[in-house]
Amino acid sequence: MRFWRSIRLAFHALVTNKSRAVLTMLGVIIGVAAVMMMLSVGTGAQLAVTDQIQSLGSNILLVIPGQMSSGGVSLAGTQSKLTVEDAQSLTQIRGIKAVIPSSGRISQVVAGDKNTSTNVIGTTPDYETTLNSPIQLGSFFTQTEVDHWERVAVLGSLVAEKLFDGTNPVGQTIEVITQDPRTQETTRGVLRVIGVAAPKGASGFLNWDDRILIPITTGQKLLFGNKNLGSISVESTDVDLMPDIAAEVDSLLRLRHNIVDGKEADFTIFSQQDILGTLSVVLGYFTILLAGIAGISLLVGGIGIMNIMLVSVTERTREIGLRKAIGALRRDIILQFLIEAIVLSTTGGLIGIVLGYIGSVAIANLAGWPPVISLSAVGLGFIFSVAVGVFFGFYPAQRAASLNPIQALRYE
Amino acid sequence: MNAVIVIQDVTKTYSLSRDFSVKALRGVSFQIEEGEFVAIMGPSGSGKSTLMNILGCLDVASSGAYLLDGIDTRQMTDNQLARLRNHKIGFIFQNFNLLPRTIALENVELPLVYNGTRNTRKLAEDALRKVGLGERMMHKPNELSIGQQQRVAIARALVTNPSLILADEPTGNLDTRSSEEVMAIIQGLNAEGRTIVMVTHEPDIGQHAKRLLRVRDGLVTVDEEVKNRLDARALLATIPMEESF
Repeated sequence: MRFWRSIRLAFHALVTNKSRAVLTMLGVIIGVAAVMMMLSVGTGAQLAVTDQIQSLGSNILLVIPGQMSSGGVSLAGTQSKLTVEDAQSLTQIRGIKAVIPSSGRISQVVAGDKNTSTNVIGTTPDYETTLNSPIQLGSFFTQTEVDHWERVAVLGSLVAEKLFDGTNPVGQTIEVITQDPRTQETTRGVLRVIGVAAPKGASGFLNWDDRILIPITTGQKLLFGNKNLGSISVESTDVDLMPDIAAEVDSLLRLRHNIVDGKEADFTIFSQQDILGTLSVVLGYFTILLAGIAGISLLVGGIGIMNIMLVSVTERTREIGLRKAIGALRRDIILQFLIEAIVLSTTGGLIGIVLGYIGSVAIANLAGWPPVISLSAVGLGFIFSVAVGVFFGFYPAQRAASLNPIQALRYE
Repeated sequence: MNAVIVIQDVTKTYSLSRDFSVKALRGVSFQIEEGEFVAIMGPSGSGKSTLMNILGCLDVASSGAYLLDGIDTRQMTDNQLARLRNHKIGFIFQNFNLLPRTIALENVELPLVYNGTRNTRKLAEDALRKVGLGERMMHKPNELSIGQQQRVAIARALVTNPSLILADEPTGNLDTRSSEEVMAIIQGLNAEGRTIVMVTHEPDIGQHAKRLLRVRDGLVTVDEEVKNRLDARALLATIPMEESF
């Protein structure tokens, strides 16, 4: 039997049972659409996060207290071990352009009758240029203001919007209410707003616009009540020097903390490359997991096809008997039912690809990252749907071909 | 004369369980020449269906030999038998076995599709014209009368130009007039030289054949020429046309 005739025959058989065909295809449609959407969500999220991290600059090292093992967080010490002195000592390393200590805490911030909860970060003036946080209104605080524990604050654009609702916040005052996580002791401090940072974009998980920057001294002495740092950012003059600088930072901090080589340090040094590497591995697993879960619905769809093909074989027993009687070979019957199953699953797959495309674009729009529909995801969806048809169509086709023509012809 | 069917000492035993078996045929021998029109008759359980299945190469004998058009069917595989059926035999069934929702033309084309013939359309059209359905080729079975449906089935049996036409109770589901129409066509085909074997339990339908084989208890008990042979065309003239309202 010629190939095209088989395809036409299969469509004919499906069209005569439209609602059944559509319901059967639904499993594959949902499966393929889900696989495509999950792949798109995974890659989209990966891209968005990667973008964000790259915007931090490739010549920056981040030192945080505690040890992070390669497999994940091995519970970094809750007792912070980095101090402003540690940060200052790092400035003597050759090739370092700036060292920015910072310590922050999520705090309640009140201005007039408005209030919000945001990350209040104590840091130094280098933060503005090094971590790429240009000022839109007013100015950043100066070293003098840091030295004198001035009660000044630079607002992230989102915080400014929330607290001052479009009016100019520069010159206004805000009250920061913060609580020590261990002693539960509440501290209040009134700060004068001297600047607003330009918006950095709010895509992905991290919102760079939702924070308040204050002089580190003000933070430590007036609000947080301790001298420990949340992190130290180290900017190098040259990207090529990064490995050397990382090694020197490591040995210097070990020396200061009295930790011999080979023993586990009480701090961790990250480069942007490390973070990117870890994140893309994590997000890669995440994508596979999502697609795998979606793949299960494709499997269920395949079982639905097998079920309906078995019903179809039973219903058409007489037809199969006749075809065999007038000379259809085993191969012809197998091909006929197999092609029918494949047409069913592939049609479902193609509809699923279209729906998956629409869904991916919709999700990307909602999440605010570019829609990523790779050709490989489309190809994967298509190949899977064909494979489902072959795999789940084979058994019913085999059953049809094995029917005894005499009994099949008498079947009522 | 050329023997289309040579059957020699054919037996068929069905084992229903380990120690219980049924002998449906107990040693049947006969020969059918080209151009014959043979009716096989017998009560149910006589073995005539089994004989029919063996003649149609749908089943194989337990012992004995069956030569169809000089071809020995012993030792043939299922696929070889399927090819043989396709090339040598045209089947006509009691319940027509047309594909539903498929137009007459495509129903008739079906056997040609399985042997890779080109120009299946033209051959199918010719066959349908031959049974007087030239005007109804594009109709589906449910748009045809039962008599017309059986004529489509006859066209399908003819289209491969087989050596043997095997009709299993061809008028079993038909009213008297349709029966005679179908028998007229079958007699017409025989008159053109086609070999026809027909199984029936209706004596008057059997009277249309030229030769009669009676089967009883797995044996051919009577093999005789049909006397007072009926002519379907002449009978048709005596049956009034159905009145149309």
